[in-house]
Amino acid sequence: MRRLVSADALRVLVPAMSLAVLLGAVFYLQPRTMSYTGLNLLFNLAVPIALATLAQMLIMAVNDLDLSMGAFVSFAACVTATFLQSAPLLGLLILAAAVAVYAGLGVIIHLRNLPAIVVTLGMSFVWSGLAVLILPSPGGAAPEWIRAIMTVRPPFAPMAIVASVLIAVIAHLIVMRSSLGVVLRGVGGNRRSVERAGWSVVRVRAMTYALAAVFAILAGISLVGLTTAADANIAMRYTLLSIAGVILGGGEFVGGRVSPIGAVIGALTLTLAASFLSFLRISPDWQIGAQGAILILVLAIRLVLNRRENKEKRA
Amino acid sequence: MNDESQLPAVIAVDGARKSFGAVKALDGVDFTVAPGQCIGLVGHNGAGKSTLVNVINGGITLDQGTIALAGQNHSSGHSIARARSGGIRCVFQELSLCPNLTVLENVRIAHRTLTGFGWRTRAAKLISAQLDTIFPGHGISAGSVVGDLSIAQRQMVEIATAFSRDSDPVALVILDEPTSSLDASRAHQLIEYVKTFTAEGGAVIFISHILGEILEAAHRVIVMRDGKVVGDRPASEFTVPGLVQAMGSVAAKRQARRETDARASGEAPVVARPQHTDAVAFRAFRGELVGLAGLSGHGQTETLVDLYKSLSSDWRAARDPKAAFVAGDRLIDGIFPIWSILRNMSITVLADWSRRGFVDVAREIGFGGDWKQRIGIRSDDLENPILSLSGGNQQKALFARALGSRAEVVLMDDPMRGVDIGTKQDVYAMLRQEADKGRTFVWYSTEMDEVSVCDRVYVFRDGRIVAELAGDAVSEDAILAASFGERAA
Repeated sequence: MRRLVSADALRVLVPAMSLAVLLGAVFYLQPRTMSYTGLNLLFNLAVPIALATLAQMLIMAVNDLDLSMGAFVSFAACVTATFLQSAPLLGLLILAAAVAVYAGLGVIIHLRNLPAIVVTLGMSFVWSGLAVLILPSPGGAAPEWIRAIMTVRPPFAPMAIVASVLIAVIAHLIVMRSSLGVVLRGVGGNRRSVERAGWSVVRVRAMTYALAAVFAILAGISLVGLTTAADANIAMRYTLLSIAGVILGGGEFVGGRVSPIGAVIGALTLTLAASFLSFLRISPDWQIGAQGAILILVLAIRLVLNRRENKEKRA
Repeated sequence: MNDESQLPAVIAVDGARKSFGAVKALDGVDFTVAPGQCIGLVGHNGAGKSTLVNVINGGITLDQGTIALAGQNHSSGHSIARARSGGIRCVFQELSLCPNLTVLENVRIAHRTLTGFGWRTRAAKLISAQLDTIFPGHGISAGSVVGDLSIAQRQMVEIATAFSRDSDPVALVILDEPTSSLDASRAHQLIEYVKTFTAEGGAVIFISHILGEILEAAHRVIVMRDGKVVGDRPASEFTVPGLVQAMGSVAAKRQARRETDARASGEAPVVARPQHTDAVAFRAFRGELVGLAGLSGHGQTETLVDLYKSLSSDWRAARDPKAAFVAGDRLIDGIFPIWSILRNMSITVLADWSRRGFVDVAREIGFGGDWKQRIGIRSDDLENPILSLSGGNQQKALFARALGSRAEVVLMDDPMRGVDIGTKQDVYAMLRQEADKGRTFVWYSTEMDEVSVCDRVYVFRDGRIVAELAGDAVSEDAILAASFGERAA
């Protein structure tokens, strides 16, 4: 029965190793990245992606999928660049209302037994529409404080790294260590068993969705902090990036098997893969395809390891 | 009836009635459990045991009747939450832990009171202590992920979780087939613990297909049949054969069964399965109705699926399919819910007629009309959606789908669940007719009268075939005796 690494450790180990390998390759190709500024530039955009990935991970922990992630992060970014900057109180109110809407989505999906994919796909148009209404043309400005946070230069390690570690630790505490996180993952693992123990699954789902919205809003705010302005389509890529990040980080689509640390690592890997391909001088036309190839490669490695593990378990 | 009855009963069910469609799952059940008592609950498939368990734990609301918890009547408001706060715990037949969580996290799911700082340490202590008490030498660490444990270990965790107490009370523990994946020594440890638990004033409802365990653990045995309690006596007054007899119904009217002509030794079976762990090798010959019996979930469906896979290919749809499958769970595996009746019927045979990739509509309509008449589907228009039919008629359409193909072998996975008696008679007659024409049927059924129709019956227990009954040896008593056999040590 005893194995060297548990399934859960493996879940984080594979993405961590892929990140290390990729980082090594980038350092080899472009030694100048091996500096404080270089690392900051490499991982700068990883912070919002990591936050969006965590939001997606929460939804996936209860066996759902959020296809409106990109649109919602864009919406949050537009609110940040306009209302949050000019009328902070109103801005906060709008964002709080958005969180409430997300909780409501969780309730509707649960009560009406709707597929989350369909509901969130529909919502993605709603969020996009709202974002365009708020900011018809690219513009707006980042609030001073968020700009200050995102450009802070902590000693030893650049902001992007410190922030990623901090985010990973907080998410780990919430999802893996807190008792709310246990029930949340329990709903993904075996909903009936949670119900039978007398929990209200609809409440758990609503809380999960609300928490996901909070992470997604943070993603939008941090994105504006980096770009200093917003656009209604600023984060459209995030829907697929966040799903890829969760899977790359050892999460699974069903069964409540997720790893917050892995998800952050997955987001970092995805960001790095883009830089890696630029350093290889692959034309941008091919980059998305090459990024997909990296994704498939990592997933294949994980599949092989999982399979071997299952074989051992059976033996 | 005994001196404990002065205390308020842990639970008292009075005149419970519950129907699912045409099926009466509970038909007026009176039932009490006193503190300090272990009740053995036995009965064959569909006797109403699981429904009764779900009523007690609040998962199902009654159509009629009352439930009193610790003397307080909650006929209307009995719910899962109330049952739990009243100290009712349940170990379900199918394992119900979250496989993605660790042992102690599952304990947290079960105990809502385990909150606040340091809950992990408390949960780990709680479960480890309880496991040590019930199953000494269990070798399970509270931090391991449930998905990595063996089935027996998971069952031990589940049992220990049910008996463990944090700040909420444990008054009654329902054990539904708790020993199905435990070996004999672990099962014995559990029974010993049940005895100490009841001696300390707890109550237990013990459900098992191993009657020896019931007689050893229980003070009182309740026998159920067809949604009614047909026997309620102290365990000391029962013996294993006596229990088997009490579970069976009065000698059911035997259908005329075809004489099982002695098979010429040279004839090859149409379907066969290598005999791995089975006591008897599975074989089915041309023109035979072969029954698969035993308690539900003991490997019959898996066997059918295996047989089907061995007779068909994953990659290409055979032009001449050897086997057809009639699914038991209509809604999940059977019908295409948004299609018409006709399309649901013709899906398996379409390939036979298609011309250059197009469906031959005229033939499809002809086929539908033909089978509608032969099998008696009650609908004026086959273009109506399948869901407009009653359950029994939906099932008939699925039978037409299988019988209309040219498959020699038809595998049936308990297809008559929730079907009214009239439809059943129609289908029995048709199956017999088709078998006489040379088709082979392999039929898993949870209902005794259906199994009794078969020429030959294999009885399953714990995932293996334990007995083969042929001809006149096919009887309710023989099947019950084989399905409720003693644990092989």
